[in-house]
This record gives sequence, C-alpha cells and structure tokens, in this order.
Amino acid sequence: MSTNASLPRWMDLLLLPLMNLALAMAVASAVVWAIGLEPGPVIGLLFKGAWGSASGISYTLYYTTTFVFTGLAVAVAFHAGLFNIGGEGQAAMGGLGTGLVALAALQWMPGLPATILVPAMVLGAMLFGAAWAAVPGALQAWRGSHVVITTIMFNFLAAALMGYLLVEVLKEPGTMDLQSRAFEPAARMPGVHECLLALGVDWPATPLNLTAVLAVLAIAAAWWLLWKSRSGYDLRASGHAPAAAQYAGIDPRRQVMLAMLVSGAFAGLVGVNEIAGVHQRLLPDFVAGAGFAGIAVSLIGRNHPLGITLASLLFGTLYQGGAELAFEVPGFSRDMVFTLQGLIVLFAGALSTVLVGPLARLHRRWSSGAAQGVWP
Amino acid sequence: MTACAVRMRGIHKRFGAVHANRGVNLTVAAGSVHGIVGENGAGKSTLMSILYGFYQADEGSIEVDGREVRIRDSREAMAAGVGMVHQHFMLVDTMSALDNMLLGAEPTWRLHSARAELRRRLCALMEQTGLQVRLDVAVEDLPVGERQRLEILKALVRGAKVLILDEPTAVLTPDETTALFAALRGLRERGTTLLLITHKLKEIMSLCDRVTVMRAGEVVLEREIAQTNIDDLAQAMVGRRVATGRRAAATDDGPRGTAHRPMPAGGPHREDAAVGATEVTPGPLMKAEGLRWLDPLGVPRLDGVSLVLRPGEIVGVAGVSGNGQTELLDVLSGLKVPTEGRLSVDGEGFSPALWITPARARELRVAHVPEDRLHRALVLPFAAWESAVLGYQQQQRFGRWAWMRRSAMRAATAEMMDLYDVRPRNPDLRSSKFSGGNQQKLVLAREAQAGPRVMLVGQPTRGVDIGAIEFIHARLRAHRDAGGAVLVVSSELDEILAISDRVIVMNAGRVAGELPIEDCHEAALGRLMGGAVH
Repeated sequence: MSTNASLPRWMDLLLLPLMNLALAMAVASAVVWAIGLEPGPVIGLLFKGAWGSASGISYTLYYTTTFVFTGLAVAVAFHAGLFNIGGEGQAAMGGLGTGLVALAALQWMPGLPATILVPAMVLGAMLFGAAWAAVPGALQAWRGSHVVITTIMFNFLAAALMGYLLVEVLKEPGTMDLQSRAFEPAARMPGVHECLLALGVDWPATPLNLTAVLAVLAIAAAWWLLWKSRSGYDLRASGHAPAAAQYAGIDPRRQVMLAMLVSGAFAGLVGVNEIAGVHQRLLPDFVAGAGFAGIAVSLIGRNHPLGITLASLLFGTLYQGGAELAFEVPGFSRDMVFTLQGLIVLFAGALSTVLVGPLARLHRRWSSGAAQGVWP
Repeated sequence: MTACAVRMRGIHKRFGAVHANRGVNLTVAAGSVHGIVGENGAGKSTLMSILYGFYQADEGSIEVDGREVRIRDSREAMAAGVGMVHQHFMLVDTMSALDNMLLGAEPTWRLHSARAELRRRLCALMEQTGLQVRLDVAVEDLPVGERQRLEILKALVRGAKVLILDEPTAVLTPDETTALFAALRGLRERGTTLLLITHKLKEIMSLCDRVTVMRAGEVVLEREIAQTNIDDLAQAMVGRRVATGRRAAATDDGPRGTAHRPMPAGGPHREDAAVGATEVTPGPLMKAEGLRWLDPLGVPRLDGVSLVLRPGEIVGVAGVSGNGQTELLDVLSGLKVPTEGRLSVDGEGFSPALWITPARARELRVAHVPEDRLHRALVLPFAAWESAVLGYQQQQRFGRWAWMRRSAMRAATAEMMDLYDVRPRNPDLRSSKFSGGNQQKLVLAREAQAGPRVMLVGQPTRGVDIGAIEFIHARLRAHRDAGGAVLVVSSELDEILAISDRVIVMNAGRVAGELPIEDCHEAALGRLMGGAVH
C-alpha cells in the first residue's frame, strides 16, 4: 500500500485526503459556477439530499453497501499484488448465483422458509462471484496471463452470459422484458425498514436492506484476513515482495488464488444487495458500473477496509445527493453528477500525491521551527 | 612508441565518500589491444565510463587521437571515435538487428533509404571484419554471441576507432569466446584500438599487447604483455592481504585435519582429496555434487560445482562477482533448481527432479541470509516484527489456527533486537526505515535464532556500516564455534580472509580451486580468481 514516508501518520491518513477532497470540491464549484448556478446552494443541496432525511440516509447507505463490496474486491486483490478490474463481472455473476438459487427453489422446492433460502442465496452469490474470479486467477497463477487483461475480458463474458441466459433460458414467459420470473416472497433479503418496524420504529420504505449488515461483516472480515490471519501475512508478503515471499517458502500461486477467490466472493455480494434485496428477480445490467466505481473507492480508501468504508460513504453520498440534485435543480443533469464524481476520483485518487510535497515541506519547516523554539 | 589513440591524465572521480579513481594515467597505443584488469571496485569500470562520457571526471584530461576532448555523453564519445560494448547489451529485443543499429542514428526523413544505405555499409563491414550478423532477425532470437557481434558492429559502423569492451566474455561459451577473440584480432589488424576490461588474466595474456592493473582506484602496474606473466598480474591485482580467519579459528579446537589436508588447487584429484578427508573429519552437514544451472539464455552459470560443509567450519566463497556465487547460494537454499547435480543435507538426498525448497531447507535447519537484502530478506513495507518472522511465519509458535500470534512475533522480535543490538529497538517500525546494518542484523538474528546447523550467507556486510561488520563476523564465528557450518559468499576478499577457515574460489561457474586459509596467498588467490587454472 502506498504510504507517504515523508509525512507523519495523521497527516498522511487524515489531513491529506481531506485536503484532496476540498480541492475536488473547489474545482467542482468552479464548474457549477461556470454553467451559471450558485455553487454554495448546489453543494448544500447535494449533502441535504444524501443526509437530510430518513429516506435520503437510507438510499445513501444502500448505495454505500454496494460500493463497500466492490471496493473490497479491488483492495484484497491489490494486497496480493493483483489489479482486479473484474468487479463488474464478478458482481453480475453474484447476482446470477443468488438468482439461480431462488429460481431453483421456485421450480423444485417451493415453500422453503426464508431462514434457509436467504443464506443459500448469499452463499450462491459468493460462490458464483468467487468462481468467476477464480478463472482469471488460475490463468495468472499457472499460465502467467495478466489478471488486468483477463478480468476485463471476463466482464464482457459475464455480460454476454447474463444476456444469453435471460434471453434464452431464464426469461419470464409471456413478457417482452429481459428479466426472469419473480422470486418467491421468502427469497428476499429483508428491508431495514421492515426490521425497524418490527422493533416499533417507523422508517420510510427504501431499498436499504440487511445486506448492509453483511457489508459491515465483510469489512471486518477483510481487515481480519489481511492483518490478523496467517493467510493474510503470506498474501501481503507475496504482493509486496515476490522475491521475499519465494525466499520465505510462500507459494505465489496459492496467494493469487486466495486473493482472487476472496475478492470475487466480496464482489458477488453486490448481487445479494441488488437482486435479493431489491428486485427479487434476475435482471441484466443491475451492477450498472458499480464494479468499476469500486476501483476508485479502493484507490481513495488507500486499499484499507476502514478507508474503503469512508470512500464508500462518500460515493454513496454522491450517488444519492446527485440523484436528488438532478431531480430538484433545473439545468443540473445526471451528467453533472458524473462530472463531480470524476473530479473527486481525479483529485482524491489519481492526483492524491500532488499535495504530498508541499505538505511535507510545510511540516519540515514547522517541526524544525518548533525544535528551535521559533515559530515561522 | 607509435601514436597514442587514447591518453587519460590525472583522472580523479569521487562518488560521495568513495574515491573511485585516484589520479589515473592511461596511455593506449593506436592499433593495439590494451587490457585493464582489477577486482570488483578497483575503478576500471569507472575509468571507462568516464572515457565513454557516462560520468564526468572531477579532475584530469582526455586526449583521443592526439586532440584534447571533452566527452559529456555517449553522443560526444561517438563523435570523438570512442565506442563501447557494454557487459549487458543495450539492445531492443523485439526489433531486428538492422533496426537496432539504426536506432539513435536514424535520420528525421527518408528512413527507408537510410536503412538501405546502412545495410550496404554493414554488408561491406561484415565482409571486411568477418563479424557476421543476420540483420533481419529480431534480437530476441539471436544467440548471445551474435548479439555481441551486433554491438561491436554498431559501434564500428558509427565510426568508432577506439572500442571499449566491458567483460566481453562473461556471457559467452568457450567456443563463442574463441570466435570473438579471432574477430578482435582481425579488428586490431584493421587498425582499431581495443580496450578490454576483464578480470580474466588468461584472456589478457592471450589477446592483449599491453596491460594496466588497477587496485583501489589507482594504477598499480602497467606492462607490455611480453614482459609480464599471470603470477605478477595476479599479485598486483589482489595486493598484499593478511589472512586472519585461521587465527581466530585456532583458539577454539585442536587439529582437525583441514589444516594438513592436501588441497591441490583445482587439480584433477581434488574430488578424491575431499572424499579422503571425510574419513578424518565429522560427517558433512551439507554435500553438493556436480551442480549445474543454466540461465534463461542457456549459458551455464554453475558448471559442475561440488562442495562439502562440515560442522565447525566457515567456508568462504571468493571470486569476482558474477562468476556463479549468487547462483550457488540460490541453488543450495532451494530458490533455484539446478539442471544437474545432487545435494544431501543431513542424510536426505535431493536431485533436480525433486529439489530442496526454501521451506524444506528451513525444516532441515539450513538458514539463508540472502544477498539481496532489500528484495529477498525483508518485506520493506512490513513492520520490523513482520519481517523478523519471514520464512518462519507458519511455525506453531507464531500462530494459533488461522490467527497470527502477533504478540509472540513482537516478543520474538524484541528479543532479537536486544541480542543483536538492532537500533532503534522498535518492533513496530517499518523494515525500510532501518539502516542497512541494522536491517542486516535483524535478518541475521532471524536466521540464527531459528537454530540452524548450516548457514548460507550472501554478502554479510554489503552496505553495512563499519561498526556492525565486526559484530556480524563475530556472530558467524560464534555459530561456527557452536558446531554449525557457515558458507559465506562475499565480493570482499578481505572479508573472506577475515572469517574463513577454508576458501573456495569460483570462476566462470566452476570451482577454480579450494585452499585452507593458511595457503591463501595473494598470488594464489589472484590466479584462481582470474581463471588461470585449468
């Protein structure tokens, strides 16, 4: 993981991302101003739309859940020295796994209780996601084919496979829509508002569902795997220093497979959030670019589960707040929302080290001044 | 004397604290072959890099063909008529031989006719010199010898009258070497001046007209070949050394046979002598026979190396770097699998089909301190406590089921840091933040604390501050005194002589000779390092 050695830890992990974010916001404001709108109210409305109401918060957290999964899918592979660009396809396959479990139950075992069906759907999603990542992983480990290339190809293969299945095999009879039959009512991840209602709290109905709890567990699991487990040690050693890993008797092929399987399983959980949590039927294109957004999330979150949580919240905010803006402000289209996201990726991700030099110089002057008892 | 092709006067060059060239004077007669020999770090490569414009001298002047020149880069060197063939070829693998020659000299316009023109000139040049290269074959498909001819032609076609060859035979097979020398003699007859950098004294004697020997940045000898011999050159190259390893060893035990064992340097009876010796000494901890390893280009880097490590001895592997020492360590520690050979460790035998692995080596109590500390011995972004268990991280003491026992790892690291005086004593500091000496002490602590019987140590004190060198040597001696065996590979001859009980000299992937420490006289070592035996 890239850490800037010239800065103290708190600057590197806290101040720098905040400054990058501020820079992105400043440039975004200039763009908003350039198209003839007041930047202040627009940005205010963005945050209000995301965090200003119970329903807004729920939507934000629902988007955040998806980004946590795709972000972790990139980060775990990254620690093993692999760049997994296949989150999109792995997430789609996760949806297929979830959907196939639900449709199989509908076909052959109707009436299964949710306590069996829902965990089975979660497992199905993780298995399919992991299997879809395992093939590029195996090609990398044994044949040396670069995962960057193969995972991109597997995104297209996943899209093609989903299209084929929904047109030829799983299509709901008697409709023109590209979708499967609706699942049984039991084949559904319960919504958060239902659970809150059961506890006596009144909460608006939104797509936010219990998959969010899985996201929290996934963050903890990734953190445990990478830094607390024996497998994580081998995985990181092999990612940071392949020669040292070989010297330590670590089999690089095992690490590639482990990282890709775990990454794919995380990405697959997107399918639970969308298919089992919201649509209750199999759809094509339900991932809608979230897999690629996961790359930005992981980049901004510095490939750390905690950072990914924060970056996912940021992206969730932008998605929900942006949708609100496009709805509320005339002349502010969906494209402007993407522009904002792009600027944040640019400043907080791609250009994240631009401010390191100036900050380090400033810090050196400060600390040397403090040592001499002179304030600059 | 005939006209001077090159005259370098009073050349000084410093790299920080290192004084690489100290007032070097060099005069090369036109149309001659001039050899420059010296150990690693003697300053010969620096001197040639100055002539080729890769470095600038701090002081001194350069004349080429009687005219004083300033050479600031390779373009100016070329313009002055100086060409260089690097040890590692500067070629684009995927381009054809012809395009490689055009590269860097290509015209802005009319590339096609320039290529045709170059082809005509090259064909004529190949005819004259006898250096044949298939011009339309991609470089990656050319054998090494042909790539080298391509480099020579590239320099000649650009008008080089003085050609510098840096270790030209290091990558060649014996047949290719013979062919190269024939071609070089042809070039000399055409009037090209050749500067040959090498450590192989035999080559100097067979090819050169005159030789300059460098040591520690200075010229220590300059002679006509007819007026010198290999022994003189070897002695000048190595200088007067004091062997101290034996003296340190003599304090701990009685006669062990090694001191009196006849060890003819690399003679045909060497094998028998070693076998006979095992009867009077304890059984070997490690025994390797006939190790052979080929690099990806098919050049043998290890060629029939055999060695025996017995309890209670430090065996030093001397030699100019790049003669197979690195590969020897890698093969013995399981990082590389040889194409031929046998290995037995503690009675367990290995063959290339089922070679020892790094993990198995550790189980058999063979520890390895790798040469490449920064990439192999440590994981730089890891905290010290993580690097301090590298290779042993899966042991029971460091884990419980799937969990790492981080507290046990930290405690073990703190103990290593205390025992080996690693500073700062902070197990949470990143491995990259320690100085070279402290990194090395941490690696050594890790390997020694694992309780090995055999330690394979590469460059134990490279990049290590002076204070730590004695400490590291003392630790290696302590391991030997406790009945372990140590194999030390070092490019520092002083280090080999300071700690070894027995010295193996490697040259061109072979064991050129094996000497007990008291027979390590400068002339003998220099001869062996220069490949004078066989």
